[in-house]
This record gives sequence, structure tokens and C-alpha cells, in this order.
Amino acid sequence: MDVALSPEDWSVIGLSLKVSLVAVAAMLPVAFALAWALARWRFPGKLLLDALVHLPLVVPPVVTGWLLLLLFGINGPVGAWLDRSFGITLLFRWTGAALAAAIMAMPLMVRAIRLSIETIDIRLEQAAETLGASRARTFFTISLPLALPGILAGMMLGFARSLGEFGATITFVSDVPGETRTLPIAIYAALQVPGAEDSVTRFAILSILLSLGALLLSEMLARRVGRKRVAHGL
Amino acid sequence: MSAESGSRMAFEISLRRDLGGRAIALECRAEARLIALIGPSGVGKTSILNMVAGLLRPDHGRIVVDGRLLFDSAAGVDLPPAQRHAGYLFQDRRLFPHMRVEANLRYGRRPGGTLEMDGVIALLGIGHLLHRWPDTLSGGEAQRVALGRVLLSAPHFLLMDEPLSGLDRSRRDEILPLIETLRDQIRLPILYVTHDHREAERLADLIVEMPEA
Repeated sequence: MDVALSPEDWSVIGLSLKVSLVAVAAMLPVAFALAWALARWRFPGKLLLDALVHLPLVVPPVVTGWLLLLLFGINGPVGAWLDRSFGITLLFRWTGAALAAAIMAMPLMVRAIRLSIETIDIRLEQAAETLGASRARTFFTISLPLALPGILAGMMLGFARSLGEFGATITFVSDVPGETRTLPIAIYAALQVPGAEDSVTRFAILSILLSLGALLLSEMLARRVGRKRVAHGL
Repeated sequence: MSAESGSRMAFEISLRRDLGGRAIALECRAEARLIALIGPSGVGKTSILNMVAGLLRPDHGRIVVDGRLLFDSAAGVDLPPAQRHAGYLFQDRRLFPHMRVEANLRYGRRPGGTLEMDGVIALLGIGHLLHRWPDTLSGGEAQRVALGRVLLSAPHFLLMDEPLSGLDRSRRDEILPLIETLRDQIRLPILYVTHDHREAERLADLIVEMPEA
């Protein structure tokens, strides 16, 4: 088997990393806001919001992809508006693949971040307030650093999930080589071609290595944060 | 009232709060610099401190400390904790676990305090602890750091919740003179919660017994 990677292989890897990184970065503030609201606030419809956040975990990914197509397609309400107002098209673009990956990663990210927010000792936030800290300063110097391990874990989980995303992506943005052909889609495409077993094997090994790397990195980060803490308050 | 006695009241506290069907109430007006709130556990002594600090809202009442109105349900006054300038020494210390001792001490520093960093470190004898993490401190060390953090936040008054509990005898003998120093030299009004009569009698100008609920 030929183990050397072709330029085309490298483009698949690069695209996969780009799509996953952008998906996690874009979803992070949204996931944090959702996690904070679910952990800290009481409001009508909270159960429903919780269920909606978890929906991508349980609905068939092809359904999520189809919903994205309805919303963000050329004639979809959001897609048409994005195109008209900003000239942004997501359909058949890598940005669309990142959107699909972000939606699929959302439940895992929100869960991990929410858990870490729930473990923050509120009494420490109260102590900061009696010491004269504003709500914002308390948030940035106490709450956020204490939630950091969970935030990092959520990002790594989301990244690993994004790397493996297939169903919603291929439904929403299809298979466009160089644009939306991420690792799982490249594997699927290679499986359709007789005699491309070597490609399948190479991509499969790469997928496993990348995912393993992300999980190991997340574990190392979590331990590092657990041991070495922020040395100075802001 | 201050007009009657000619000097400013340290504490004018009148509050009431129902917590799960249990009434917590305190009426107290005193010139005394150190008031000891005494009573068995569970009568709501800590809740009183939380209400004075602004962490728990009374159902109704009025809180004035050293002439400054902090809370008045009738007038709709309810200063947030950050603006009350309470130096709250929690029973569970509440040092920030992700900051070293020095960062903990600096956290609440406000201009206008009578005490400077070096002075507080010398007074409490915590100079050798500055680079330690809170979870490596003994109970007595953690208590002194927590006290230092409170003093550096330029408090207008102190709230102390059983500052000697959980400390062995020799540690108590270290902390007790510090509290007397604060009372006599820095002259901040202190509301001091304890369940120990001897401690209260040694420290307090006035002892307020909290009745069994």
C-alpha cells in the first residue's frame, strides 16, 4: 500500500481541520451562553430549550442536514437573507460544512460546559462581590477561570465530533472536492470507486489518528489546567 | 438614635426574613464597636451576616452601619454587595482556589483603606505564604489570609462568622489577639458571630443573644 499522501489527500486533511476549527470557534460563544442559561437561569420554556439543544444528538443527522437545507438553502429564509444582505452563500461551501459540524457538535459542547458551570462554587462569586468586584469582574476573574476545564473539554469533544461529521454535512453541502470533501466524505467517496481501497485505508487511519490526537490533547489540557492554575487575579 | 446619644451608632439593624417557614429576626441598635451575635447553631446567625452583607435579602427591615444606609425595605434602598464595603470573613474562608495567596490578597484592594499591603502582611505574619496555593494552607493560615484579603478591601465594617471555629487551641490563640487589635486600633465596627460564650465575653462590647427559633 502506498502510504505517501498526495496533494489531494493533504487538501482533504487541511479542509477537515479548517472546518472543525471554525465550527468549534463559532459555536463556542453560543454553546457557552446556552450552557450558562441552562445552568444558572430559571425561565419559562427552559425544558424545551434543553430538549432543542440536545436534538442534534438524537435526530438522524440526515434530518438535521435537511433542516439546514430548508433554512440556509438559496431559497431558505435565512439563506436568502444572508445572500441578499451580505452576499454569503453556505450551500456547497466549506462554511456550510462548518455550520453543519457546529450544529452537530453543539449538544456535546453545551453539556460539557454546563456541567463545569454547575460545579462552580457560587459562594466564591459571593465572596468576590463582597470584596467589591462588579458582576462582570466576578464573571471574568472567578466564574470563567473556574469553568475553564469544562470549556476546554467541551471544545475538544466538539472538535472530535466535527471531524467525524458526515450525515448532516453531505445532506446540506453535498460532496464538492476541495470545498466540502472532509475526511468522512472522502472515505465515502473512495468507497464508491472500485480499486480505491488504498485511499479508504489511508483516510480511515488518518481519521483515527486525528481523533485520537484530539482526545489525548483534551485529556492533557484538562490535567494541566487541574494542576497549574491562573497565577494572578485580573 | 445618634441624636439622642450624641455619637453615631455603629449598627442599627432591624430585619426579618422567613427562610422555609422559619423566621429569622434581629433588632439591634448599638454604639458598641464589637457586637457578638450568640446563639446555638441553626438560629440564623449566618443569615443575619448575609443580610447585612447584601447576599440575602430581608423580607423587610432596615440596616444602617456607621451612619451609612445599606438597606431599607420601606424606602426601596438595597445596595448591592459590592457597594456595601463589608469586610466579610466567611466561616469557610472562601479563598479563590485558582489564585495564589498574593493574588487572593490583592483581589479586593481598594484605594482609601487605612491598611497597606505590607502592613497587613506584617500584622498577620503571612509574608512567607504569598506564593502558596490556598489548598496547601492550614486552617489557621487560610484564616489569616482570608482576614488579610478582607482588610485590604478597605472595609467600612467587619462581619466575622465564627472565625475561631475549626481551629485548634494554639491557632485560636494566634487569631484572637489579631481580632482584639482590629477592634482596638483600627476601630472598625464588627459584627461577630459565635456560639462560644467565653469568646464573646472576652471580645465583645455588647452581646446579643439570638433566641431559639
